[in-house]
Amino acid sequence: MRHRANRPLPTAVSVVALMLVSAVAPAAPPGPPESTRIAIKDFMFTPMKLTTHVGAVVTWVNQDDEPHTTVSATGLFRSGALDTDMTYTFKFDKRGTYQVFCSIHPQMTATIIVE
Amino acid sequence: MTDDQTLKGRRNALKCMAYGGAGTLFALAGGVFTPIDLAIAADSKDAAKSFGKPLFVQLSDTHIGFAKDANPDVTGTLTSAIDLINAMSQQPALIIHTGDITHLSKPEEFDLAGQMFSRIRATELHTTPGEHDVADAAVSEYFSRFGKASANRGYYSFDHSGVHFVSLINVLTFKAGALATLGAEQLAWVTADLKARSSSTPIVVFAHMPLWTIYEPWGWGTGDADQLLQQLRRFGSVTVLNGHIHQIVQKVEGNMTFHTARSTAYPQPVAGTAAGPGPLKVPAEQLASMLGITSVSEVKHPRSLALSDTTL
Repeated sequence: MRHRANRPLPTAVSVVALMLVSAVAPAAPPGPPESTRIAIKDFMFTPMKLTTHVGAVVTWVNQDDEPHTTVSATGLFRSGALDTDMTYTFKFDKRGTYQVFCSIHPQMTATIIVE
Repeated sequence: MTDDQTLKGRRNALKCMAYGGAGTLFALAGGVFTPIDLAIAADSKDAAKSFGKPLFVQLSDTHIGFAKDANPDVTGTLTSAIDLINAMSQQPALIIHTGDITHLSKPEEFDLAGQMFSRIRATELHTTPGEHDVADAAVSEYFSRFGKASANRGYYSFDHSGVHFVSLINVLTFKAGALATLGAEQLAWVTADLKARSSSTPIVVFAHMPLWTIYEPWGWGTGDADQLLQQLRRFGSVTVLNGHIHQIVQKVEGNMTFHTARSTAYPQPVAGTAAGPGPLKVPAEQLASMLGITSVSEVKHPRSLALSDTTL
């Protein structure tokens, strides 16, 4: 939580410090992402497996000419039909493994792991 | 509809008919198809006598609301299809729409489709939804307009001219990664419904998704359809109609004839030849030859049904 990239940085010194930390420890875990995008393209969710944190907001964007939906396998959420370039957003408030699919093309699946 | 729109529709109809190739008429006798070129069939004044009385026309995948490159004018091509039906010298008793009436399940798409269907001369319209018709978040737009026939269950049966029709729904019980299903409740209902019919009754079963597996990776099949097909084997004449794949694929198995119809909106790729079953863009002059309707006639001797496909 110390180095959230999107927090306004007060001074130039902080910027240098942040860059140093990044350079020295590139594997340091980033803070929880505020927003994550899943592309729907060529009849696939990309990525098909996403690991994120409690509170994450996931946005699906349809990049196909064909409409798609994103539907939780347990019925937790269900987008309407998303035409080209339309998006759907859901905030994951609880830990767990969520399976989603497209109700128009149910062979399209993805898994979201909320830690 | 304004005069302008009517004129535009007529122009499109004429344009499409000029492009349209002749279809093929399939006369079915004892489970075997005899293909007859529709141009030859249409030339004969006795065509109606030879090929039977038109019982119904199958419309499918009208996708009202679609406006991309594969066909920017789906209302124009549906108008052509309706003109073609209305111009038949012997009017069919029924129209059966095998789903994907709309593209995105929007109220305005359903309303426009409803207005267009009201132009059809045949008075009885039967429908089953496609997955594009139940894609609204609340799954309510289709049922509020077409749900009455099935008491909002999605499946029902009716009789016409001694033929028993069964309308099934296989677009609601989707599970992630799995084929469409009919579900236990619907299967129990159809089993009881068919039990009451004699084996000599001609049966027509229709649903949106194919009731036989055409290509599983694209979901072109119904996972639990075998339980239905077992119930149908004892009947002397069974016609199974579907839409969904926007192209004609046929199979004959014993007394059962399986047929998937063309769309009136846009073609789709042949199974496995693209990333997925999306709209297929073809040269404009080819489009009408890849869209069309299916008409089904009743043949008296032997008593069976004959399928005939017509392009736009």
